[in-house]
Amino acid sequence: MPLTKQEWLALEKKAHELRRLCLDTTYWAGSAHIGGGMSSMDMLTVLYHKYLNLDVENPNWEDRDRFILSKGHAGVALASVLVDYGWNDPEQLKTFNHSNSKMGIHLDSNKVIGVDASTGSLGHGLPIALGTALAARVLGKDYKTYCILGDGECDEGSNWEAAMAASHFKATNLISFVDRNKCMIDGPTEEVMKLEPFADKWRAFGFIVKEVDGHNFKELCEAIDFALANETDSPVMIIANTIKGAGVDFMEDNYLWHYGAIDEEKYNKAIESLEAYYEARKARAEKEGE
Amino acid sequence: MAGGMTYTAADSVNFSTAEYYGKVLVELGAEHPEIVALTADLGKSTKIGMFGQAYPDRFFNVGIAEQNMFGMAAGMAKAGLVPFLSTFSVFASLRSADQLQTDICYQNVNAKIIATHAGTSFGQAGSTHHAINDMAVARAMPNLTVICPADGMETVNAVRAAYETPGPFYIRINRGFDRVLYPSSDYGFEVGKAVTLKEGTDLTIIACGSCAFQALQAANFLENADGLKVRVLNMHTIKPIDREAILKAVSDTRRIITVEDHNVVGGLGSAVAEVVIESGKGCAFKQLGIPDQFAPIGLHEDIMSILGIDSNGIIDAVREVMGKDFELDDDWDDEV
Repeated sequence: MPLTKQEWLALEKKAHELRRLCLDTTYWAGSAHIGGGMSSMDMLTVLYHKYLNLDVENPNWEDRDRFILSKGHAGVALASVLVDYGWNDPEQLKTFNHSNSKMGIHLDSNKVIGVDASTGSLGHGLPIALGTALAARVLGKDYKTYCILGDGECDEGSNWEAAMAASHFKATNLISFVDRNKCMIDGPTEEVMKLEPFADKWRAFGFIVKEVDGHNFKELCEAIDFALANETDSPVMIIANTIKGAGVDFMEDNYLWHYGAIDEEKYNKAIESLEAYYEARKARAEKEGE
Repeated sequence: MAGGMTYTAADSVNFSTAEYYGKVLVELGAEHPEIVALTADLGKSTKIGMFGQAYPDRFFNVGIAEQNMFGMAAGMAKAGLVPFLSTFSVFASLRSADQLQTDICYQNVNAKIIATHAGTSFGQAGSTHHAINDMAVARAMPNLTVICPADGMETVNAVRAAYETPGPFYIRINRGFDRVLYPSSDYGFEVGKAVTLKEGTDLTIIACGSCAFQALQAANFLENADGLKVRVLNMHTIKPIDREAILKAVSDTRRIITVEDHNVVGGLGSAVAEVVIESGKGCAFKQLGIPDQFAPIGLHEDIMSILGIDSNGIIDAVREVMGKDFELDDDWDDEV
């Protein structure tokens, strides 16, 4: 089903609210991985508010779709999503990163409701997601497993072990994304450790690759719909080209905002920027939506 | 005692320790459809492949990719399956240590690692294939139960107990045939409870794995040759360690020797020493094992002899410790 204009606008509104919550959480915490959180936020929004088959009343429903955030440092974004979803006390966001909080930088699946895997050490999410996907086959269940990787994270060899296995085991119920924001802690990905030709690498490992604008809901939905309709034996990898810090102008595309601190002045500037970003995104949805 | 058939030592002529594991896993698999098995191109060597032959739809050979295997197992466990993973101990504990800690132990999932070729049991393969510190690594990971069975009979019990007990397990078993310690698997195995193989009051040998058989042989010899009453404990569970049995040994015998096919740093000896030291009650103490160096190449029994963790080495150590007048020390003033 193609994305309607109404759905598109609703997703834009939700993504805006979630970006605000992510910013607030970063402000309350003093600092967080806001850059990579903002670059992932549209993927998280479309998954949690259009695709994931979940039961709000029963977070542990065994037939639910699974979501694994392999780039666990974007926990500040996922925490915002899971609180907004109603699964965790909103007050917890005010304790994010504080001593003895249930929510640290990298979310703990045994402490935060709705987290399907404790990630943080990179290169772990795709193997876990593959296991969850193959478990559906053994258990005779039809849930899907979604996984978001960071692009810098793809330096880790374990991802490629999992990629080889996902293809070998024909795990088409696994739908993966790379948040291709082209930044890592020490600099641009292509300077620190070259990933390109990135899509070709995934293809060589047996994936069907879709490259999309990771901040365009229409393109994201088209790619996910393609993956859900995929009847080949090859799993789908969606490379979402994104902007680190998307929505906050002074953070955008700047690898230094991998992890950053926000004071009141920056917070106010960021809010102003997010509002303008939302207006522009709404206008695009109005113009391009059908 | 878990269900399934009772194995007897008569079978040990035919089955290696790993084959007992394979057979028990196949038995468990018939009863429990949620059990799955994973290996990294070591289905034949670890005998987990027997499960794969019986239940091909529940068997995943991931190729030579241990990190992915551990992550996959965690995902499967999170979804409600009970994965058993097998590779060599050196790879299970080191190559995928981050995944073992983060994906399996931190998430506290119900995954069972049955690591074969433990210690120096794959002796000729050299240090790349000796697991000299796997118990040290595994023991330092919260939530992980660590077991080093003495023979095939005990492996049967440990594997069954691992299935029946929720949470992650690390069980290290040897390559090939172990000397048979137990006449049957029906002797009352309990996770976390040492088995007293022989009573004694002069000294206690605390051993695990293949060293338990050697310790019992040594104690029997010393009884006949030296008239010594040496207690032998098979400390099959390294974590949680049987504190009660250790403290009883301190108080009853005041002399302890630990024996393991593992580095003396961080394994059974260290675990026992931690309990002894924390008790505040002194005793003569000696660790036998790999003396913090890479082990030589050779047949397992030859390496055990070189390292002094066979019965001859244990006999020498017992005589040495019995000869020590540990209670008198001119530099020690216990009135301070």
